[in-house]
Amino acid sequence: METPLTGNIRPDREPPSLKEYEKSGGYRALARVVSGLAPAEVTAIVKDSTLMGRGGAGFPTGLKWSFVPMGVDAPPGPRYLVANADEMEPGTFKDRVLMEGDPHQLVEGMIISAYAIQATTAFIFLRADYDLAEKRLKRAVAEAYEAGYLGKNIMRSAYSLEMYVHVSAGRYICGEETALLNSLEGKRAIPRARPPFPQVSGLFGKPTVVDNVETLCNVPHILANGAEWYKSLSLTAIGGTKMYGVSGRVNRPGWWELPMGTTVREIVEVHAGGMRPGYALRGLLPGGASTDFLVEQHLDTPMDFTSIPKVGSRMGTGTMIILDGKTCPVAFVLNLLKFFAHESCGWCTPCREGLPWVARIVKAIEEGQGEARDLSVLEEHCVALAPGRTFCALAPGAVEPLQSALKYFREDFERHIKERGCPWRAA
Amino acid sequence: MPLEGRVTTIYIDNLPYGVKDGQNLLQASLTLGFNLPYFCWHPALHSVGACRQCAVKVFKDESDTRGRLAMGCMTPATEGTRLSIEDPEAKAFRAGVIEWLMLNHPHDCPICDEGGECHLQDMTVMSGHNYRRSRFRKRTHLNQNLGPFLNHEMNRCIQCYRCVRFYRDYSGGRDFNVFASHDSVYFGRYEDGALESPFSGNLVEVCPTGVFTDKPFKEHPTRKWDLQTAPSVCTGCSLGCNIIVAERYGEVRRVLNRYNADVNRYFLCDRGRYGFDFVNSQRRLRLPLVDGRELVPEGSATQALSATEGGSPRPAPASSEAKGAVVRRAVARARDILHGSRRAIGIGSPRASVESNYALRSLVGPDNFCDGMTSGEHRLVGMMKDIVASGPVRSLSLAEVERADVVLVLGEDVVNTAPLLDLALRQAVRTRPEAVAEQLLRIPLWDDRAKREATQGKQGPLFVATPYPVSIDDIAVKSYRLSPDDIARLAQAVAYAIDPEGIAPLVGAADPLHVVAETIGGSLGLAARPLVIAGASLGSEAILRAAANVATALAKAGKKDAGLFLVAPEANSMGSALLGGMSLDEALEAVRTGGADTVVVVENDLTSRLKEASFRALFDSTKHSIVLDFFRNRTTELAEIVLPVATFAESSGTFVNNEGRAQRFFEVVNPDEIVSASWKWLGLLSGRGTGEEIAWDTLDDIIARISEDLPALAAIGSAAPGARDVPQVHRVPRDSHRVSGRTANVASLTVHEPPPPRDLDTPLSYSMEGSPRGRIPSSLIARIWAPRWNSVQALTRFQEEVGGPLKGGDPGALLFGPASDRTRAYFDGVPEAFAPDPRRPLAVAIRHVFGSEPLSALSRSVSERIPSRYVGITPDAARSLAVADGERVEVTVRDLRMELPVRIMAGLAEGLCALPEGLPDMPYVGLPAPAGILKRTAP
Amino acid sequence: MLSDKEREEIEAEMARYPHKRAMVPEALRIVQTHRGWISDESVRDVAELMGMSAEEIDTIASSYNMIFRRPVGRHVILFCDNVSCWIMRSDAVRDHLVKRLAAGPGETTKDGRYTVLPSACLGDCHHAPVMMVDDEMHGNLTPEKIDRILERYT
Repeated sequence: METPLTGNIRPDREPPSLKEYEKSGGYRALARVVSGLAPAEVTAIVKDSTLMGRGGAGFPTGLKWSFVPMGVDAPPGPRYLVANADEMEPGTFKDRVLMEGDPHQLVEGMIISAYAIQATTAFIFLRADYDLAEKRLKRAVAEAYEAGYLGKNIMRSAYSLEMYVHVSAGRYICGEETALLNSLEGKRAIPRARPPFPQVSGLFGKPTVVDNVETLCNVPHILANGAEWYKSLSLTAIGGTKMYGVSGRVNRPGWWELPMGTTVREIVEVHAGGMRPGYALRGLLPGGASTDFLVEQHLDTPMDFTSIPKVGSRMGTGTMIILDGKTCPVAFVLNLLKFFAHESCGWCTPCREGLPWVARIVKAIEEGQGEARDLSVLEEHCVALAPGRTFCALAPGAVEPLQSALKYFREDFERHIKERGCPWRAA
Repeated sequence: MPLEGRVTTIYIDNLPYGVKDGQNLLQASLTLGFNLPYFCWHPALHSVGACRQCAVKVFKDESDTRGRLAMGCMTPATEGTRLSIEDPEAKAFRAGVIEWLMLNHPHDCPICDEGGECHLQDMTVMSGHNYRRSRFRKRTHLNQNLGPFLNHEMNRCIQCYRCVRFYRDYSGGRDFNVFASHDSVYFGRYEDGALESPFSGNLVEVCPTGVFTDKPFKEHPTRKWDLQTAPSVCTGCSLGCNIIVAERYGEVRRVLNRYNADVNRYFLCDRGRYGFDFVNSQRRLRLPLVDGRELVPEGSATQALSATEGGSPRPAPASSEAKGAVVRRAVARARDILHGSRRAIGIGSPRASVESNYALRSLVGPDNFCDGMTSGEHRLVGMMKDIVASGPVRSLSLAEVERADVVLVLGEDVVNTAPLLDLALRQAVRTRPEAVAEQLLRIPLWDDRAKREATQGKQGPLFVATPYPVSIDDIAVKSYRLSPDDIARLAQAVAYAIDPEGIAPLVGAADPLHVVAETIGGSLGLAARPLVIAGASLGSEAILRAAANVATALAKAGKKDAGLFLVAPEANSMGSALLGGMSLDEALEAVRTGGADTVVVVENDLTSRLKEASFRALFDSTKHSIVLDFFRNRTTELAEIVLPVATFAESSGTFVNNEGRAQRFFEVVNPDEIVSASWKWLGLLSGRGTGEEIAWDTLDDIIARISEDLPALAAIGSAAPGARDVPQVHRVPRDSHRVSGRTANVASLTVHEPPPPRDLDTPLSYSMEGSPRGRIPSSLIARIWAPRWNSVQALTRFQEEVGGPLKGGDPGALLFGPASDRTRAYFDGVPEAFAPDPRRPLAVAIRHVFGSEPLSALSRSVSERIPSRYVGITPDAARSLAVADGERVEVTVRDLRMELPVRIMAGLAEGLCALPEGLPDMPYVGLPAPAGILKRTAP
Repeated sequence: MLSDKEREEIEAEMARYPHKRAMVPEALRIVQTHRGWISDESVRDVAELMGMSAEEIDTIASSYNMIFRRPVGRHVILFCDNVSCWIMRSDAVRDHLVKRLAAGPGETTKDGRYTVLPSACLGDCHHAPVMMVDDEMHGNLTPEKIDRILERYT
């Protein structure tokens, strides 16, 4: 089984030096790109590879790049590539691994991607609390400059690129690409409406591509080994490997780079070692806190961008959170809702006002203050906070676990209300 | 091709409608008269998609039955767009948005200042949400003291972000913002303190609920429906912003914006909004004075002169007969004087109406009429009138200024001389970058945030040349600090850069100003709608001449959409210039050597225009003096007869603004039978013989007389319908149809309902009865209200289209025709280069939005914002005088000696000092003039 | 007043961004690195340095989680209270921490050593429950482990 993304990552996560990275084949893809490929060719290869955005939305990466106006259509002035390294989705810990464990991989992926859109400047928008990743990335960027992979005339080609590590001041919504751009411009982190899309009018009003860290880490390998190789890594139609992870009451919580389309069951039962003794699996969030619950019956679903939606959820970030039988699903959902309500940017009414209300209702239920009519208010919110009704995807994501919890664990909500308290707390 | 303009068909609830292509669905729906609720969208601030209130169902095509919810304000109307406002899901969602907003909104409508004119209230009713399901506590905030103009009540906030968008994005204010996040976002200042922006008062109307309310108004809380209102025109500067004035218990309570698509559109400045309070001043004259003694109507010896306090009714009024007797006595006495005089000189005022000035002129005769302006002001205003009247470049409206793409400002400190011009220029500089974004990125002009994110605060070219830093420096590509003469020279060099064949270079062709002028001229030359702004505030005719030359050069270069905007000193300066007359200096001369023994002064405190000696001399050398004014002041003190006159709020008449637009203002406070308009008093005085016959009785009469007499002013009649034009049954009511307690108001005096006052001058009535809303001519709109729309947001119901002209056309009559193809010759007379004299700096006038205009300065709220006098000097001068900021110096200008604190002004042009003109504690100086500044030696 | 060092660091970063205002979050982070938190005075100082109003600085400072507008102790403990840690009974560990320090979430210990702040998911969920002390991650927390960790900081 090939693990291109994590091949360099050591158990202690001590990253390879530039030398070691080069020795493992690092920066060879870049050399190939800047010496022999036109930007459009790079984009075409990435398109062919079927690489899809690993931040959670699963948008085809090459297609996204192709929206950047090039050539005669290109507006004058700079253009930007931004690595979305604001990993803050609850239950998600994959980008940290990649950045701490192999920072040059990200840097190389960014340079190639930037080349494809002819970006002049690249930013790594890094989460505030990732201090170790910050140190390692900054070192890697400095080394890359020194080695001529960054700066003027990269590897003696005509292409030049500046790269900076920008550390966020900390807000979940910065993970939303347009809020990220506002934040990078020094503004409040409030999402933007689309159109115009960032590829046309993004950072500082210039064409900009924002890609997730894991997505960008795939790029050097695709360019080094080709689209066909990349597709062959996968078990499904969408190419590549995927960083999967599991947290919760399993025997071996952790992360694994596996072929795209590995089933939920294999991830949980084989790689995570199954549930701990005494704990039963009641459900799981497949890809971070803003995805719908899956339950036992869905375990044989392949974890990919097309299969998971068929069973009513999203692959999201691919890092699962397991709900076990000894954990109260109402309190579980409450924990998520409190987080989302707090992280609402305050721009649009449904999210700003709706989420805190929902959180208070769930809190009341959990604390034994629930009322029968509460469930219908919650259900209404699952519809009222659907995509298109809110300004961005935060609130729709926030109600995904709620709506599926109301579906799969409704009796637990009802019991809380009827028994005027949390059965798990009583136990 | 612009996105907007073409008419396209959309379907609303399955019926076809023609709308402008590219408008958003909310705009289109409101224009068509649908009741679609909204909060964050504002017709001037446009769409941001924050509140989600204007959700509609949008269908892909005819066969789409499911549709999807979309925000009306963020969805463009394109050919065949199908939407439903009545769709149950859309309606439920809209009710849900209100439910969310109500989670934290206090249920304090009965005691809220906004109640009854609250957009949130209206939208709540409109959406159908009426039952609170949440059982949780509401979040609360602490409020701030934001100064004399605004109350702050953050608990009512619904986070529509309009305030911060208006205050910062639209008007450039920086001491206000949004703080924190999620459901605890807070809108305010960093800490307590008066909001610095002179446009802060607009938050009263911008805020859709009661977070920002009118502070002076709160002293006497009154519901909107209990206010007596009338359309009026601001007296605060020469722009003539349209206002609605509101009365209660004989006092003016507040001023709101009155939309005029050509002039002020949606906003006012704080001088205009809060300056009205001079009307209620304790210094108002209520009775005639003869030889310094009041003529008191019989039976009312105790009647208070002052306004009432606390909203209680006035003391028992005297009978009509007794008041009539007082008027007759005063008039008889004044007539005696006039009949006995050899020659009476009439001194009018550029802040009095056309009618009052005309009445004076016709009382004393054209040869004896003085327009009340100093010779400098008289020449400047006359020149402005000539420049504007003779083309070739048109005088732009304020609304057109917003569309200019390259602007050159010469000498004017706009925020302090014509405040709303500052606001217009802030929109103008966005014109070009936004047009580019529209073209390249297909961002519709209403998509406010996308526009701002794409343009990144980029601004079109604005060049500023002033003697000292000004408010618009922050939007200028380049600001130049020059003496008045050098500003004129720069402008002349710009004209030369545009038309080197027609204009001579400055003496010494190597003058460095030519380099600067190349840039400015080049930029103006690339503009589609270049604009030159100048004015009277520096007292420089040379600047006006050179500004006209730049405009003429642009016209000659084929810029047919080039514009001029000349700022005049007072509300009716242009009207006075059109009336003609001598200057004050000539009037003094007429008294001194021309045999004049009587002087009649109308609404002009001459101490603000004459040096003390001249002022004294005027009264010493005339035998008789009759003064008509609002207040007791130095001029009334010296008068033999003083007649109490009505302000703009108690009388009707016409002002001509800087652009040459005649606009009618209407009385809103019923003057009692003694206080009346100057033109009414003067009509009584002009009657011949001893009988009661008079020259004119009503406003219609005098306007007809003016139209016959003076062709230049003939069009003022069409500024608004006259009383005769509107049948009694179609009079526009000053009272709302919901006015309550008409009898209760005076119950302490009588339980009988008094008959409504008669108004023979205007097509308005002092009553709740009259014309149905839809038939009101735009110039007579006394109240912005429509069924289901109790707040000012009802305005869309008065407009032909949202943001467009008022139904039936905007009010006002332009007295100058459109630009002719006449090519005016260039003005000559370029001053020599300014030679700074470090020992005698040239004192130039500097003005303050709060304080430099004498009427608004009497307003209690405005007075809190007036600075005290000072002298501005350059840092160099401060160094050589060895004085620190705030230290006192002795300043000698002309023959006046003052001890003033120093204000060190970084950026003040070399060789200049600045004196604040018109501040209440500042005497008349007559600027510009060289000044001597000495450090005060220790006592 | 900002120190020369703070000023230099801020100015050095400015080159990266086409607009000065893009530097606001970064400038605040730099000042916070030196002072631990952003006082009202620091807001004014940064405003002055950037040629902006205090309102323009505080709109940013008040809206980001990791800009502290209240004083903090010598060490900041970010204690994850998100779902993966919560499943692993982080609240029991947190209760121990709070008892041990006699300082609740958002509070600073009497000796000024620690401030405990609840934090969003720290991205180390397979080691839940986790917390961060300054820039160091600590995972698989138990009450005993907490005791040991707390002794390492002064």
